[in-house]
Amino acid sequence: MPSGMSLIVKTVTRLVASFIVLFGVYVALYGHVSPGGGFAGGAIVAGGLILVMLAFGRRQTRNMFTHGMALGWDCGGALAFVAIALLGYLAGDFFLNFAGHGDPYRLASAGTIPLSNAAIAAKVGAGLFGVFLALAVFRPGQRQEGEQ
Amino acid sequence: MDPIMWLLLALLAFMIIGALIAAETEDLLSSVVCVGAVGAGLAIIDLFLGAPDLAITQVAVEVLCVVFLIRVVLTRRDETHETHKDTLAIGSVVLVLGVLLVLGGWAMTTLHPFGEPLLASADPGVAGQYLAGGLEQTGAANYVMAVLLDYRAYDTLGEATVIFVSIIGAYAILRKTGRVHHALGNEPDR
Repeated sequence: MPSGMSLIVKTVTRLVASFIVLFGVYVALYGHVSPGGGFAGGAIVAGGLILVMLAFGRRQTRNMFTHGMALGWDCGGALAFVAIALLGYLAGDFFLNFAGHGDPYRLASAGTIPLSNAAIAAKVGAGLFGVFLALAVFRPGQRQEGEQ
Repeated sequence: MDPIMWLLLALLAFMIIGALIAAETEDLLSSVVCVGAVGAGLAIIDLFLGAPDLAITQVAVEVLCVVFLIRVVLTRRDETHETHKDTLAIGSVVLVLGVLLVLGGWAMTTLHPFGEPLLASADPGVAGQYLAGGLEQTGAANYVMAVLLDYRAYDTLGEATVIFVSIIGAYAILRKTGRVHHALGNEPDR
């Protein structure tokens, strides 16, 4: 896909992509109040990024989305999840929900659960997008950017 | 029988037909589309069984998988090749699968009836305690998340580790292919 898809696809993508990513973030952050959660939200965010990449083509999006970025978010999300688990030791136990529970049905409730959801969303979204990047962009006999 | 049950059976039949077509068709692209149809049927079944969390995840992941597979099918060559049929191998595989099927069906008869899981019926059971004290103990209104990220967060950590390792592994394998061709000085063939 050297130059992306047609003008219609590009225009619709321009209008829609940010809302898809926003919906993914909403599904992830409100996972403890409504159906959803980090895994689904991350997958939706990855879908939005993949839409942008397919519509505009490899050449235009090469500098926006790099392998280093995908790997960094993937590892960062995983480390954040483990860090939340280890922070439970502050209050006494592994994975203890140490933060205050707050009012139920609010965004700021349920202690560490929204934080874990955000970490998992970053991990899953970046991971799925990274796999797509690897399948779509890696070509035999070509060195990629972001690859040391 | 419950009308929902008929709908679920119809969806199940649809999924089975889709899976059979996906396995049998010659064209890789139609096979991928049929795999997507199976996933969509599963998502609808999840909705009717009252599992919206699963349905959302299933839809999102299924769409991504179909996009991945179509992308791969369109750009990579079809490198499958048919070998001659080995009757002994096929026969033994069928025999083993048949024995497993019979034993599995036998084991199914000891399960609780569909829709009445064991955890719900045990009197001071774990599930009852989750439902009774979940909102108070975790503060999460969505009990699925309360179980996933609070009561059973350790399981979720293992699941996240599996995804992480598989993604890193896929990354490493795909990158190595590029490097080998680079080292051999081969021209990119597409």
